Amino acid sequence: MITVAGLSVIFSSGRGSIHAVRDVSFEVATGETFGIVGESGSGKSTVLKAIAGLVPSSSSALEVDGRPAAGRRSRADRRMLQFVFQDPYASLHPRQTVDDILREPLEIHRVPGIDEKVTKAIADVGLLPIHRFRYPHQLSGGQRQRVAIARALILNPPILLLDEPTSALDVSVQAEILNLLAKLRQSYSFTSILVSHDLAVVAHLCNRIAIMQAGRLVEIITAADLRSGTVTAEYTRKLIAASRGFTRLNV
Amino acid sequence: MSEPLLVVDNLEVTFPGRTQAIRAVRNASFTLGRERLGIVGESGSGKSTTGRALLGLVPRPGIVTAKTMSYEGKDLLHCSERDGQSLRGRRMSMVMQDPKYSLNPVKTVGRQIGETCRLHLRTGRRETEQRTLAMLEAVQIRDPERVFHLFPHQLSGGMGQRVMIAMMLIAEPDLLIADEPTSALDVTVQNEVLRILDDLVRDRGMGLILISHNLTVVSSFCDRVLIMYGGRIVEECAARDLQNARHPYTRALVAATPSLDNPRAELATVIRDPEWLK
Repeated sequence: MITVAGLSVIFSSGRGSIHAVRDVSFEVATGETFGIVGESGSGKSTVLKAIAGLVPSSSSALEVDGRPAAGRRSRADRRMLQFVFQDPYASLHPRQTVDDILREPLEIHRVPGIDEKVTKAIADVGLLPIHRFRYPHQLSGGQRQRVAIARALILNPPILLLDEPTSALDVSVQAEILNLLAKLRQSYSFTSILVSHDLAVVAHLCNRIAIMQAGRLVEIITAADLRSGTVTAEYTRKLIAASRGFTRLNV
Repeated sequence: MSEPLLVVDNLEVTFPGRTQAIRAVRNASFTLGRERLGIVGESGSGKSTTGRALLGLVPRPGIVTAKTMSYEGKDLLHCSERDGQSLRGRRMSMVMQDPKYSLNPVKTVGRQIGETCRLHLRTGRRETEQRTLAMLEAVQIRDPERVFHLFPHQLSGGMGQRVMIAMMLIAEPDLLIADEPTSALDVTVQNEVLRILDDLVRDRGMGLILISHNLTVVSSFCDRVLIMYGGRIVEECAARDLQNARHPYTRALVAATPSLDNPRAELATVIRDPEWLK
């Protein structure tokens, strides 16, 4: 479904350039949920943005559903994928109601039956009809993230890109959103890439996981490998040990 | 553990509102010795407010009351502003969550840390500088001489957090309250910062209160844990027993956390019982 080969992203400014992503290659099969983990600045979100065409990138191949995604994209190309961002407080327009927010993608892509689609999307993500004409500030963090997921899914895209969708949320709300994503994955049958710094979250939803460090792809492992610790790279081992919690050296 | 460092009995923090008062902390009682105590809870559970109340830093119009709130036998509730200032920063101090917002952006790192030292220990210029550099080294900053002259925006998150810890520890307090000290950091850096705190607790015999929403961090780092929900301490247990907690809220929190060791097909969600607030 998604092919990335030799992807590089360079940000240049007046004083120099930053090589944010270097030579990253992977493939995501149809229906798969692929995970990318790494620390701040490892380039994990940038990979996602490059796939969505939000940052300029260079690659030997970048394909979405067999069509080249590098260069200028048509409206049909852009409809292939949707994005859910980390911070539901920042990614929703504060002066638009939930109804406006969900309506917009349908209007842009000239999809008929807006009213029913909005009603269905609201129900699908576990919100109530009374939430439809509320503003984002009248909703909790978890409810806002549900709106962001509804906005992404309302066009029924084959691909969903999730950039740290639960990092800004409390543990109990995170559990609700992760369960919701698992449920929607069944009913909407989308292919997705989940980016997170939390190994446990990624292992929960994904089968195959790419580990990134300093712009490079360290290795691709399965969730089972991650849980059992059968990894080859030293960095991955260190990351797994660190995410299992604090260890006292001499006790 | 001999005399407790801190005794808190029936602490209440209330913020008056237009229609009704909000009780941010309700009837919280605990003691702290020279140990690592964790306070966990979700947003709005009152964990940070509890930490702030101990230092007398609850912002207006918040009202703090308690049956007892004492530090080494000194009453914290009724002490004068002057006594409060001699305790705060000198004997007990607090590391805030985000170095981006908690450091002064227009002062160099060296001057900010040195200020604490000059104010509380009344050291001269030369000594202040020496102590500051030594402290930066103690929190494992690789090049203290260089970092001394940097401004906060030139630091990474992990370095900023270390600078804040250095600033709080230079006056050698006996009690450190760390409010989400590692939440803004990557896991690998997080453990380095925790190691620094751990060494200081052990070497100086400090008492430490670690406020966090991260169950993994708290259960692996602390000796004892308080679990807060809706302003109330719903459970107290040994950190290593957190997996076998008794209170339904704690159990639900543990079950809602994705874990590398216990994969679950579906995460448990927390079903809130109004009884927990009674």
